[in-house]
Amino acid sequence: MRDIRQCDSVVSDRAIRSSKAFRSKGEQRRYWVLLTVLVALGVLASYGLLVFRNPVPVDSPSFVPVVRRRMVALVAMLLAAVCQSLSTVAFQTSTNNRIITPSLLGFEALYTTIHTATMFFFGSTAFIRFSEGIGSFLLQIAVMVVMCLVLYGWLLGGKYGNLQLMLLVGVIIGTGLRSVSSFMRKLLAPSEFDILQARLFGSVTHAAAEYFPIAIPLVVVAAVLLLSYSNQLNVLSLGKSASTSLGVDPQFGTIYTLILVSVLMSVSTALVGPLTFYGFLVATMTYLVVPSYDHRYVFPMSLAIGFLVITGSYFFMYHVFRAQGVVSVIIEMFGGVTFLVVLLRKGSV
Amino acid sequence: MPASREASAAGAEKIRLRRHSGKVWTKPFVAAILAIVVLGIVSLFTGVYDIRGQEDGWEMFFITRVPRTAALMLTGAAMSMSGLVMQLITQNRMVEPTTTGTIEWAGLGLICVYLVVPAPTLVMRMTGAIAFSFVGTMIFFFFLRKVRLRSSLIVPIIGMMLGAVVSAVSTFVSLVFRMSQSVETWFVGSFAPVQVGRYEYLWLIVAVSICIFVYADRLTLAGLGEDVATSLGVNYNRIIIVGTAIISFAVGLVVSVIGNVPFLGLIVPNVVSMYRGDDLRGNLPWVCLVGMGTITLSDIISRTIIMPFEVPVSLILGTAGAVVFIIILLRQRKRT
Repeated sequence: MRDIRQCDSVVSDRAIRSSKAFRSKGEQRRYWVLLTVLVALGVLASYGLLVFRNPVPVDSPSFVPVVRRRMVALVAMLLAAVCQSLSTVAFQTSTNNRIITPSLLGFEALYTTIHTATMFFFGSTAFIRFSEGIGSFLLQIAVMVVMCLVLYGWLLGGKYGNLQLMLLVGVIIGTGLRSVSSFMRKLLAPSEFDILQARLFGSVTHAAAEYFPIAIPLVVVAAVLLLSYSNQLNVLSLGKSASTSLGVDPQFGTIYTLILVSVLMSVSTALVGPLTFYGFLVATMTYLVVPSYDHRYVFPMSLAIGFLVITGSYFFMYHVFRAQGVVSVIIEMFGGVTFLVVLLRKGSV
Repeated sequence: MPASREASAAGAEKIRLRRHSGKVWTKPFVAAILAIVVLGIVSLFTGVYDIRGQEDGWEMFFITRVPRTAALMLTGAAMSMSGLVMQLITQNRMVEPTTTGTIEWAGLGLICVYLVVPAPTLVMRMTGAIAFSFVGTMIFFFFLRKVRLRSSLIVPIIGMMLGAVVSAVSTFVSLVFRMSQSVETWFVGSFAPVQVGRYEYLWLIVAVSICIFVYADRLTLAGLGEDVATSLGVNYNRIIIVGTAIISFAVGLVVSVIGNVPFLGLIVPNVVSMYRGDDLRGNLPWVCLVGMGTITLSDIISRTIIMPFEVPVSLILGTAGAVVFIIILLRQRKRT
């Protein structure tokens, strides 16, 4: 029913375009109301995360340091939400497939392998120094982005360029890396294994304030580039021939989008650890509530939902269920189950 | 007249050719069997313990070496044939227990058995693994039947995502019940702990193999799709369920006794059909043999590469298998 794509909206002028992204005025109003409510809830949850159950009273001198510490986690959540939501939506559009996620490209496996190898070869002291250093943060981002660029250049360019093949090769490289890292983990002493495992689950507490001067500019630049590419993404989602005739080179567009996606995903993975299904969860919820294909409306909504999902679940897990540490695992579980449901209800992929 | 005679002669030639390729005991096949026997003997005499020098050498030989080699052969046959059967049922070259999540489901089954029973026997563990891999494989097949596919390459991608979902659940469960490193240990497939008394259930694979040989033709028909299979007088749904049951049985057995044996079911059938074409009945014995040979060779490598220690065979198969898989994919890309 939502298959009526707004081809004409792209080519006509701006005034008509913005009013035509939705089928009716009512839909547009509902969109804005929902967006406002979600953003408000997200802000509420983050305010709660900052000050709720603060062990020290407001007038105490240690109140501000506590808030500042919580602030770091909150910024990490915001960054993770921006990275994962935007990159999943853009990835699903450029691959023209709504049941895959960019984590397929092997970010998670690379992250796991880098950390496991450090622990395996250099021991726990070096591991702790490594995982807190700023150099290692840069190194991880660089390794991940370079691997993606190699994959794109190798399998997307040229005569035989094939998106699905590129994805599959990414997945297989991930599997190969996983069997290496799982062998190394098997040989670790249980104490080392525990330290390592705490690192291998995605968590906003991994993020340190020293990372932000690098992470924030990268995320902002990539996100702005992606958001300003919304119109072209709308065209790309129409398919190869349509976008060629509308003046958007599909091969260039896909590679450009995927490079931005890989930057966002790498920053997110290096910052908070692997999150496989969080982005998928957010993107699926976004498509459910936005009655439009226009990325200028899909992107903001995905940001709002992503931020609310992550802050909301941290708030509930910390203050209602008192279950710290497993938040990301629970988000991943929900995302995974959503994936199963979407998969079994899908008509074609 | 002569033209038609020529045509009929060509037809007879074709039939003869087909009969010829249908024959199992050809010279290359005998040579392959000999090669497997040689590999088996090498495997029997590979190891740190000096069998001929020590007094109890021969006793050790029968306690560890013979079971290990037998386990290798059985696992190789089981995994490569389940890969072949899965590829037949789904009509997709890229499908095998690793790329459909079947192995992850079996692992989840193992964990659940450990949750319910504190110290489960091998039979209980096997039952759990088999039951869960059956359910998981059926879910995947159900999905495949329901959706229209735009590209056959998307199937393994979905399957591996499905596997990731299941292992996320496994991670959660094992984290809550504090058993993640033991779970890790099961998933690494290794033949090192195989000895008398720990592997005998693998002999059930012989029964599985016989089932596959008996069912081969019907599985081929089912692979043609529901409509064709039904019009040829085959109960499609029953074949699919029996096929899935066979695969889950084999995979569950191997996962609970040995662990994860990645990519074998994908590489072996693909390599065999690269050289021999797509004749299932003719390929089945070959797939069996090549599977045995591949895993025995990998195990010999895994035992000698850092002697006197050894690396798990899943490390060798996982890395080398990934490379071979990518090569197969790239070759196909050039052809199409």
